Amino acid sequence: MTETTLDWMALANRKPKGKRPSYFADPQNEELYSILLSLVGEVSVMRQRLDTVERLLEAKGSISRADIEAYVPAGDAAAERSDMIREYILRVMRGPMQAIQAMTESAPPIDTVVDELINS
Amino acid sequence: MSKSSGVHVPPYRAVTKHDMFPSATLDEAARFDFITHMNKFLASSLGAGNKIAYEARVLPAFRKEHGRDPKDRFEIRHAMNRDPFHQLWSASKRNTMEMRQQNGRAIALRQLDELDARANALNAGKATLQLDPTVEVPRYQSAVDIHCMPGCYHGEERPGDVSAGANYDSGLFATTAGALGGLSDGGGQAVVQWLRANYPNWKPRRVLDIGCTIGHNVVPLALAYPEAEFIAIDTAAASLRYGHARAQALGAMNITFIQHNGEDLSRWGDGCFDWVQTTMFLHELSGKALPQIIREGFRVLAPHGLMLHVEQPQYTLDMPLYEQFIRDWDAFNNNEPFWSAMHGMDLKQQMVSAGFAPEELFVAAVKAVADRTIFPEAATDETEDHGRAAAWHAYGAWKGGEPK
Repeated sequence: MTETTLDWMALANRKPKGKRPSYFADPQNEELYSILLSLVGEVSVMRQRLDTVERLLEAKGSISRADIEAYVPAGDAAAERSDMIREYILRVMRGPMQAIQAMTESAPPIDTVVDELINS
Repeated sequence: MSKSSGVHVPPYRAVTKHDMFPSATLDEAARFDFITHMNKFLASSLGAGNKIAYEARVLPAFRKEHGRDPKDRFEIRHAMNRDPFHQLWSASKRNTMEMRQQNGRAIALRQLDELDARANALNAGKATLQLDPTVEVPRYQSAVDIHCMPGCYHGEERPGDVSAGANYDSGLFATTAGALGGLSDGGGQAVVQWLRANYPNWKPRRVLDIGCTIGHNVVPLALAYPEAEFIAIDTAAASLRYGHARAQALGAMNITFIQHNGEDLSRWGDGCFDWVQTTMFLHELSGKALPQIIREGFRVLAPHGLMLHVEQPQYTLDMPLYEQFIRDWDAFNNNEPFWSAMHGMDLKQQMVSAGFAPEELFVAAVKAVADRTIFPEAATDETEDHGRAAAWHAYGAWKGGEPK
């Protein structure tokens, strides 16, 4: 821990100068989405830590917190971890990714299909 | 592990360390890994949806409403900003940038005492760092915090600190998804590679780098031409303090960092530099400052000297309006207020107005040079991160023709 008198935890959050664009119709959604994306990021951080613990335990049997902190993925581990994060992002972003496909699909509402099948 | 599915993104911990680089804990590095991947995901997988939304519904709706196609990138932007898919994509990209700033600032500020001490040790008493408190931060650097970087390039948490530079350096890797290499110097490396390939015998003696920030793109130039004297100027003392210490740590002792505004180079006489360089700088100026800096750069350039500006590609008449629109995103969403106007400018005309003859001008395509064993090659196809891709155009000119 450093001896700095700065409250770095709070200062890290400082807002950049300039009016923030709004993206959603409801302003509260801006903040809710920022919380949601940060949470998505934190789950990824936890998964990496767990992956680190698993890899170190497998290699060494018994580990310390210092071992975990010092871990640097290399070679296959780095590539596998890259895949792990990519796969994780794709999974949590299922909704928007499916929205892309929906834009190019000219599918009728399910009610239409239900009616169609009754009579065919 | 199942079969891999694509190009790997190098881990944040593959970033090259130097004596000024802030150290990241396991979790901080993991945060940057997530942000790096998110940037790639937003540029490629999810980013592809923007064009689909445009073609499938935004453009047809625009035609229906106006009876014509959009006439410029701004009309496309206003129409796309009402599209729910584009809204979510933009919100994701903005938030990812804000998360990058938060993580970089947390890393830099929690170890600021140590970073300041290291910078002081590398900077103290060196003639190669010349700060001038009378230099004012120009309006184009203070109107908004560029890149959503709190404090911009010049901000300080306490007088004389290196927090701005340390934060900027720590997160470049994540913002550019690792495409700039371990030292985030792919732009400078690209210039060196281009010069070595095309002008192997050229030996500049004095070089001026304008708008150097933390010097990450001038260090590779200085290391490639160790016998040349490099002057790197910027108005932001906070970035220069960090940049000078960083350059010293990397062994680039032939760069003098000077706090100075490039609009007035009167402290240097006519023709005293063989090379005037800017790298990803012109888009952070203003309509008056840009021509003034190019004029001054021309004046201080020696006969057969090189002026080179590395930027993302200009919006030319043959660039589709949709591409101009997507390249414009950072202007309106990432606090780059001169980005759009600058990319719409005719840079060649600016250089001719400054004094170059039209036949002296050239445009070269340069691509980031990074260690390909750990860093993927920069994408230049449709999946590139428009506006941030590690591939640029170098807008250049030899004053009075190429060196003999």
